[in-house]
Amino acid sequence: MNWEPVIGLEIHVQLKTRTKMFCRCPAGFGAGENTQTCPVCLGFPGALPVVNRTAVEWTILLGLALGCEIPGRAVFSRKNYFYPDLPKGYQISQYDLPSCVYGNIVLPTADGDRVIGIVRAHLEEDAAKTVHVGGRTGRIGGADISLVDYNRGGTPLVEVVTAPDVRSADEAKRVLQLLRQTIVELGISDAEMEKGTLRVDANVSVRPVGSDELRTRTEIKNMNSFNFIARGIEAEVERQIAVWERGGEVLQETYDFDAAHGTLTARRAKEEADDYRYFPEPDLVPVEPTSELVERLRSELPELPAARIRRLEAELDLERAVVLVTGGLDRLWSETVHAGAERVAAANVIANNVVGAGVDPGAISAEELAKLVIARERIPRAAFDEAISNLGDPAFSAEPYVAQEAVSDTAELGPIVDRVIEASPDQVEAFRNGKEGLLGFFVGQVMKETEGQANPRVVSELVRVKLAG
Amino acid sequence: MAPAVDTLRLTAEEAIGLVERGELSPAELHGAYLEAIAERNDELHAYLRTVGAGEGASIPIAIKDVISTRGVETTAGSKILSGYVPVFDSTVAARCKEAGLTLLGKTNTDEFAMGSSTENSAWGPSRNPWDPMLVPGGSGGGTAAAVSAGMAPWGLGSDTGGSIKQPSALCGNVGLRPTYGTVSRYGVVAFASSLDQVGPVAKTVRDVALLYSIIAGRDPRDSTTVELPELVLLPKDERLDGLRIGVPSQVASLDAIEPGVRAAFEHALRLAEELGAVVDECDLPLSYRYGMPCYYLIAPAEASSNLARYDGVRYGPRTDAATYREMVERTRDQGFGAEPKRRIMIGTYALSAGYYDAFYGQAQKVRTLLIREHREALTHVDVIASPTSPTVAFPIGDKAADPLAMYACDVLTIPSNLAGLPGLSIPCGLSEGLPVGLQLVGPQFGENTLFRAGHALEQAIGFDTVPLRWRE
Repeated sequence: MNWEPVIGLEIHVQLKTRTKMFCRCPAGFGAGENTQTCPVCLGFPGALPVVNRTAVEWTILLGLALGCEIPGRAVFSRKNYFYPDLPKGYQISQYDLPSCVYGNIVLPTADGDRVIGIVRAHLEEDAAKTVHVGGRTGRIGGADISLVDYNRGGTPLVEVVTAPDVRSADEAKRVLQLLRQTIVELGISDAEMEKGTLRVDANVSVRPVGSDELRTRTEIKNMNSFNFIARGIEAEVERQIAVWERGGEVLQETYDFDAAHGTLTARRAKEEADDYRYFPEPDLVPVEPTSELVERLRSELPELPAARIRRLEAELDLERAVVLVTGGLDRLWSETVHAGAERVAAANVIANNVVGAGVDPGAISAEELAKLVIARERIPRAAFDEAISNLGDPAFSAEPYVAQEAVSDTAELGPIVDRVIEASPDQVEAFRNGKEGLLGFFVGQVMKETEGQANPRVVSELVRVKLAG
Repeated sequence: MAPAVDTLRLTAEEAIGLVERGELSPAELHGAYLEAIAERNDELHAYLRTVGAGEGASIPIAIKDVISTRGVETTAGSKILSGYVPVFDSTVAARCKEAGLTLLGKTNTDEFAMGSSTENSAWGPSRNPWDPMLVPGGSGGGTAAAVSAGMAPWGLGSDTGGSIKQPSALCGNVGLRPTYGTVSRYGVVAFASSLDQVGPVAKTVRDVALLYSIIAGRDPRDSTTVELPELVLLPKDERLDGLRIGVPSQVASLDAIEPGVRAAFEHALRLAEELGAVVDECDLPLSYRYGMPCYYLIAPAEASSNLARYDGVRYGPRTDAATYREMVERTRDQGFGAEPKRRIMIGTYALSAGYYDAFYGQAQKVRTLLIREHREALTHVDVIASPTSPTVAFPIGDKAADPLAMYACDVLTIPSNLAGLPGLSIPCGLSEGLPVGLQLVGPQFGENTLFRAGHALEQAIGFDTVPLRWRE
């Protein structure tokens, strides 16, 4: 039987507001433990929450970017449970009346747009950070000591919930990359998975292709990179298919993804079902955004990544357009092309060399980059690489690099190519047996011999001729 | 040395006059109250702790122990907060300070303001100044007893189901439960957030109005507060011409009201008519029928959530155990008394999945009906009048073992509390030698109307606030 994954994503985005969700404590990272706290975010008796207006506006902004409806009335509720990371014994979160509903993420693909539904985007406060010391599992049960840092407690968090419209691990990854870029461009969050400012849970089930049933789903947590998310989902999909195919039953469970081993570990089943006893937060009044506010925010929306991918696709191709836009590189690309560089060459240099060198695209002069792109085949490889790595320098000038010339003289390069061929009999035989990909190996060896001064295009020609001969 | 003043009779307004005219220094005034406390608090246990007069002492005030006072222990009458010293002032405490008031001490309360007699205080009951064998009412029995016994010119209470109005009635004071949203709850240990409201207790309506003007008004720290639509006016009129007073027909048929209480109430109504008011019947059938059950779902539900923060992790005593869960369970088991535990259980149940719609959700719908019913009634009358409490003060221990009998103390105060409306209780006479309270309920933000009516009636009634046993 052929199986189809059915995947829904829950994405937590930590907003980078100056202050926390319900108090005026700074919401930033890096301060000493428990220094960014006050009676409100520590849940002292009598302390009351006050809604952070910026957080509400940013949530609406994200909702609008995702094509959501913005209801005229959103209500904060209390989600009640006991845990030391929750100083009040409840989390304030929007529940049945969230700020944003019914939107979608449009993912441009070669086969047209894939539309992934957004069920809701709601605002809530983050829990504090806990560290469990001792014991085996790093969990609270069995720990010798549990430490709590309330700095993170009460920072604003938007939870975006997609419909179960995602059909593969790879698609999940692409949806998330696009969503992340949208969030970053809105300027509402750093959305960095390593730092935990973007956190993703995936709900996964499988069904026979052609069926529209929804089978029991499992939840995967603790995946802290896009690649781990893809691997985690892939592993879970395979596991579920195997379970169904041997006549078993998938149970509703929560799994942690262990990136080091690529494995999923089921969390210990709870003795009883969660009952969060939600009820409307009586300490707050409903959030009622005016249509003026919503329209003002809508008018502030920049051109969004999905639209730019479509626009760039026409000038370039889908794959490169996706890479440039989701990497936040398309503006640099446009400017570089505008400065005279060829489109595909500019895209390749930016997506491969610039990103590979870890240079901040925002710090780069497109004018200078364009000169490098134009000259790159003519100048020594070493000069090009060095120029790229120095691009971020505010005083960078391409002149000294493009003034250099790579060695293109076949008389000079011929003996070096011969030496390389002589020293690599195995590769020569493989190449002659059809492994043409080894061409790069020979070129690379020559570049090494010449310390990057040879013109790779000329070398490549020489190698090809000599090996054919 | 004889006390400089007789605090038993002194009103806050008079005390302010003495200080302003330089006839008494603030320190002398403060000292006089501390002397009264030294003389009577052992018997009455109105204060849990007192504060010495420091620099800049001025007009003193008693503050209920559910209201946070920076640097002064605030326990809400509970063991689970013993030793807890707030690092911040509640907004009402801060406003009192800014107005030049000095804290005399923290007054006793039923644990987390849950009760009608102060018998639920973890620190032992307060006693009624009129007869120490009797309760002072609750939960704000401490403030009421302190004011009645001349141990404070005035004080702050908090009222969820009747905790300002009922003790004021039982101790012969004037007490105001303000319109919900006019007084900040910031720093007030929460019982039921959608009902809790801080208000003044004093000997006269004018004192109550003055203290209300100090504490009321929007607070950016409490999102549920609003700006007062009009200034607070200190009442002067002694006539009630044109005032329409409505008496709910349900009150007339309420058997729980003692005959002596009913007689004093009806006497007050006759006086009101003599002052020019028109007394008429009004109708609040749903409010009296469903008010109590509605309240005893909403208040415990909110309380069950509000009391979740007392886990021994960050403040208050902790009972250590091997695991986090066990530590929290033991801390809460030992820290909470029977009444908070009872309400936490009722409230948790009412909010549970599968029961929410039948209980909490339904109660909220009923509450909407009660709000509507009161609004409708108040289009025909200016104020709604009833006794504040169906009974006078009752003996300590009488109802302590019967929660339902205790809950019934608030049958007359709960309906308008659920509707968020202001209610003023003034003493309107004696029954069997004990004070009877008259409750006047006004429309939203109708405090000035209540003050005017209350003041005129107060003058006509001429109630002597000094307990009989201390009169010369």
